[in-house]
Amino acid sequence: MLVFTIRRLMQSVVVLLIMSLVVFLGIYAIGSPIDILINPEADIAEQEAAVRRLGLDKPIWTQYWVFLSSALTGDLGASFVHNEPALTLIFDRLPATLELAVVAVGLAIIIGIPAGMIAGLYPDSKVGKTIMAGSILGFSLPTFWVGLMMIMVFAVMLGWLPASGRGDTVDLFGVPVSFLTWDGFTHILLPALNLALFKMSLVIRLSRAGTREVMLQDYIKFARAKGVSETRIICVHVLKNIMIPVVTVLGLELGSVIAFAVVTETVFAWPGIGKLLIDSIGNLDRPVVVAYLLLTVTMFIIINFVVDILYSVLDPRVRLENTKS
Amino acid sequence: MKSIKLALSATICAAAVAFSAGVQAADLTMGISSEPSAIDPHYHNLGPNNEVRRHMFEALLWQDETQQLSPLLATSWKPTGETTWEFKLRKGVKFHDGSDFTANDFIYSACRIPNVPNSPSSFSIYTKAIEKIETPDSHTLIIHTAKPHPLLPVELATWGVISAKANGVTGNLTFDKSGCGISSWPKTADFNNGKLSIGTGAFKFVEYIKGDRLVLARNDNYWGEKTEWDKVIMKPITNSAARVAALLAGDVDFINSPPTQDLPNLAKNPDIGLAQGLSNRVIYLHIDQYGPSSNGVKGTGKPTSKYEGEGPCASKECDKNPFQDVRVRQAISKAINREAIVSKVMGGVAVAGGELLPQGFFGTNPGATPEAYDPAGAKKLLAEAGYPNGFELVIGTPNDRYINDSKISQAIAQMLTRVGIKTSVNAMTKSVFFKTRNKYEFSVYLAGWGAGTGEMSSPLRALVGTRDKARGLGGTNRGRYSNPAIDNLILQALATVDDDKREALLQKGSKMAMEDYAILPLHFEVTSWAHRKGLTYKARADQYTLATGIKSAK
Repeated sequence: MLVFTIRRLMQSVVVLLIMSLVVFLGIYAIGSPIDILINPEADIAEQEAAVRRLGLDKPIWTQYWVFLSSALTGDLGASFVHNEPALTLIFDRLPATLELAVVAVGLAIIIGIPAGMIAGLYPDSKVGKTIMAGSILGFSLPTFWVGLMMIMVFAVMLGWLPASGRGDTVDLFGVPVSFLTWDGFTHILLPALNLALFKMSLVIRLSRAGTREVMLQDYIKFARAKGVSETRIICVHVLKNIMIPVVTVLGLELGSVIAFAVVTETVFAWPGIGKLLIDSIGNLDRPVVVAYLLLTVTMFIIINFVVDILYSVLDPRVRLENTKS
Repeated sequence: MKSIKLALSATICAAAVAFSAGVQAADLTMGISSEPSAIDPHYHNLGPNNEVRRHMFEALLWQDETQQLSPLLATSWKPTGETTWEFKLRKGVKFHDGSDFTANDFIYSACRIPNVPNSPSSFSIYTKAIEKIETPDSHTLIIHTAKPHPLLPVELATWGVISAKANGVTGNLTFDKSGCGISSWPKTADFNNGKLSIGTGAFKFVEYIKGDRLVLARNDNYWGEKTEWDKVIMKPITNSAARVAALLAGDVDFINSPPTQDLPNLAKNPDIGLAQGLSNRVIYLHIDQYGPSSNGVKGTGKPTSKYEGEGPCASKECDKNPFQDVRVRQAISKAINREAIVSKVMGGVAVAGGELLPQGFFGTNPGATPEAYDPAGAKKLLAEAGYPNGFELVIGTPNDRYINDSKISQAIAQMLTRVGIKTSVNAMTKSVFFKTRNKYEFSVYLAGWGAGTGEMSSPLRALVGTRDKARGLGGTNRGRYSNPAIDNLILQALATVDDDKREALLQKGSKMAMEDYAILPLHFEVTSWAHRKGLTYKARADQYTLATGIKSAK
């Protein structure tokens, strides 16, 4: 376990370093933020002054060195656009995204696993076939289009739910959350469902395949022979055994939902970090993009780590010492 | 089933309550296409920031819907000599914290502007003409400039005044160019959290959550006409389809820049009203006229001499630049059917242009008409210039910056191909476009220009003047047209305080630039706003969306 952790940590540092360098050079290659941020009325002298103020006149390697040395002290730089620390910008908006991601993944699990198991247990029934057909729609329709359709139907035509924004929030342990107020809850419903659709379909397919496979296993037959109730077989023996692929995929999906909910956040004007990322890329706001991707990589590393540990909990045969990290 | 019914009725009740509450409290919710980068009025000189600034922080003067100056914090202003101006300040104006507005606050703001750390675009371009400020009394300013500077009043309409007292400066300040002896300046972040967002404007700061909303409340002690809105909530909704949906769903009362393709439907909708007006933004083509060869041209043969100076042709071999010949530039202008672009590509929501500002703006020539569509004439000119079989051309264009920008370029490419210039379009996102343009990689590119001052000196100085750091000309002249005669006219106009004389100089400069095809104006954007029925908005030429201008229809 300890060796595993240390090896993981060292690999992570290398990944972070390479990542920062690639993003740094990549954005440098696209162009200078001043070209976009400066008022066109500015004369040549002011254009040059603005470049100097943001330190963009220095050679790229000097800029990277400045970034790296302050990053080691925990300072990832200030946004070119907002002149606030990049980390502050990200953490201010992280709760909104986390909330959306958790609700979306929650929906995917609550609806996806039972639906998938039903489809797996009764593969030839009408219900099972309907669920499978629905899941195809779920991952083949583009999120963007589905989001706009949801807005058209539920917000514009029926007028049941608001079309955009986050609504009222209340502080829960000092973090603003919206699902605890009625207004906030109605606001989160559509974007969360929009975001959940793809994962839900994925979970349905994984659980169905898992269920069909597990149902044929010897230990199920043995449990039946032993006279274990059908409820217990499904809720304990089947459920636990189909969870491994589901946990793996959901772990990664949770990461990607948090990091790249860009489309949903844009369509629903959800004030999360996905929208921050897309705006920052558009403005070539390098400090924010670099900090964002560094955080994302860190998050994925942690999630993978947790997933590995969850494996060993779900399946006692897995030993972490033997896992190639 | 019962619970579903309950939930449904609860939703309907909640919606009804929310709706009635909205009506009673006179709140206005706006969906805006882009959000300011900060609330600090001096941090970033760019459209969205300037919009928001106008609600909370006032300038000495106001630019009305047509960019004419009118009194705001100054009640009157006049030149008292070639290089001195007198501004009488309004008495009895109070900041949001209750303190009085005096000349000292103006000086403090002017001192701070060049000292905002990390400003990506500083307002100092609007303060650098100020040499000295005298204050005979607390409500009079005598401003000295180094050279005659007719743009001083309009420049003083572009930035807001912050309170010296709220920022901890109580003594009388003396203006100088190096920071007025103040060592510590307020931080941009303290404006975003509301601590220092203290202005004199019709709205007070309530709350700003980046990416989510900016909430403003009515300033009940405002010196002027008070707004009817208790609260204004501005929500950034960057996606235009989502913005329209939010309006249709009733989430927001007012949106800016609805996409042109939605305008016909919005106009038909009985619950929605539209406000539209001609803007000061011209969409133009800049043409590379710098060297003997040009990067985006093929089939014109070898250049006659070596390319020198900045640009991609300095390091690689490019074909001859045909655009140094005025006949070729004229041919391109004649080949473009501006009326077709306006009616087909822009859906009629634009006005074809014959100058860099719409008719009626200061410095335009009355009766200047758009170049007539004349493909036969264009072919003839090309043949005369030595290109009877045309040549190949790539035109650069952004695809997410101006209304329908890349579609316009594609239409132009087809029109040019029809007269023999085989044209292809290189469309890219704005960040890449501006970088490529600034490295002079385009032979012809499409861009837009909004004249912040509302007079011809703005586009002439930036787009037509020879690039020259010392003289402040050609800041955005990436076609690198250069004509000393026009430069002299611009500089002369910029130093002529007498309005009539200045207008005559600018008219002459504009006429010369158009006759020399220095730059090809295509059309002026018409800006649209959409709102729920029962509101009115006076369209602004500067394209700003201001809650102070949104009123209930009577």
